Amino acid sequence: MLIIGELINTSRKAINEAVENRDVEYIQRIAREQVEAGANYVDVNCGTMVFDEVETMEWLVNTVQEAVQAPLCIDSPNPRAIEAGLTLARYGQPLINSITGENERYNEILPLVLKYKTKVVALCMDDSGMPETAEDRMQVGRNLHQRLTEAGVAEDDIYFDPLVKPVSTGDKAGLEVLDTVKLITEEFPNVHKVCGLSNVSFGLPNRKILNQLFMVQTMTMGMDSYILNPLDTTMMGYAQASATLLGKDPYCMNYLNVHRKGLYDK
Amino acid sequence: MSREEILTGLTEAVIEGDDGLVVELTQKAADAGIEPLVIINEALTKGIRIVGQYFGSGQYFLPDLLLGAKAMDAGVKLLEPLLLGTSREFYGKVLMGTVQGDLHEIGKNIVGMMLKTSGFEVIDLGVDVPASKFIDKIKELKPNVIGISALLTTTIGRQKEIIEVLTEEGLRDQVKIMIGGAPINQAWAEKIGADGYAEDAITAVEVCKKLVASA
Repeated sequence: MLIIGELINTSRKAINEAVENRDVEYIQRIAREQVEAGANYVDVNCGTMVFDEVETMEWLVNTVQEAVQAPLCIDSPNPRAIEAGLTLARYGQPLINSITGENERYNEILPLVLKYKTKVVALCMDDSGMPETAEDRMQVGRNLHQRLTEAGVAEDDIYFDPLVKPVSTGDKAGLEVLDTVKLITEEFPNVHKVCGLSNVSFGLPNRKILNQLFMVQTMTMGMDSYILNPLDTTMMGYAQASATLLGKDPYCMNYLNVHRKGLYDK
Repeated sequence: MSREEILTGLTEAVIEGDDGLVVELTQKAADAGIEPLVIINEALTKGIRIVGQYFGSGQYFLPDLLLGAKAMDAGVKLLEPLLLGTSREFYGKVLMGTVQGDLHEIGKNIVGMMLKTSGFEVIDLGVDVPASKFIDKIKELKPNVIGISALLTTTIGRQKEIIEVLTEEGLRDQVKIMIGGAPINQAWAEKIGADGYAEDAITAVEVCKKLVASA
């Protein structure tokens, strides 16, 4: 299971402030805490810095890498910011978030995947619009799978994101994602699946409950990576327990480690 | 049931999001000879306004809002044939869409729905709408307000572009511009010279009313 720590994102108020003040200490503390809490990748997203995203990305990547040696998830709608981040990424194999089936986006991001030999999040949407059903998503997914593998991207480097929409604006939004994850797992057993967890609960109260349960449900269908807040000990504890119950934890060693760290004591 | 009871019951039914009851009571109201416009303005719209207040205060959530709008819509649909010939008064005409290169629609659709149920005439151009289409439609339909949605930091520049083209074409003064989308804030609205910004659909209705009133 891959945990991508989501906290370094300028759409979050505290991070936005820290980035604007070039607060090295704060950014490094958040990076360190996430890795210590079990994040395998550290997401870096400064997409809200519309006017100097490239410079900000460079500063963030350098700042984070002075604190931790974890690989980075370079997360941006802007290909130039992604490339700026990749140029500086030093540890492990970076992850790009994301490529989509939209022609322009695909053609901008694919060269970066190949040039920097990255892993890549492949978001199940294309120029025909946001997908509704599992079948809509699978059509985009199949197409992306074919194009990416033909271009030479290893299946193990592809992380399908089924595109999670709020259940508050569509009763079946959660179910369609669960079906998608199941179908991807059946059709493409060697690719990975990743998602964020907060979209599903948009517009509803007690979002944590929905986010946590959706993590368990998607993992049951075959999701193997998450973009989440690793400092949320309840979420992290559930993620590990869920993996253990799904037969992904030999001798329950990870579960026991989490227990020994005290995550289940509260 | 008295006239008052029917209208109050109708307002309640919208607040409860009970579209079946709304249809039943709307029919009853029409049969009792209550003017369709009175039914809309004094019962249905009143209900949705209260739903909006509950949403604003955190008592109601997005699904409550959607259900309330659906219930109200069911009543309005029933009255539409009776409305022909009478001129329903709209607050104004709103033309809306998501900018080119952006396929997000959920937020825009909710705003459109709330505007519609609040008494605006709404024309939705959909998603991935190029500036030229906004311009053509403004010329054709002469809306009071245009609502431009963008959800990506790479596409919010399109909002600026549309405003620039409008200015070049000499149309800027003829229409009020409202912008929205997750990365948008008041500072961006001011920077690009938009007339209004709203954080959610309920606020959007208020902003829209103000813009029309100030035109």
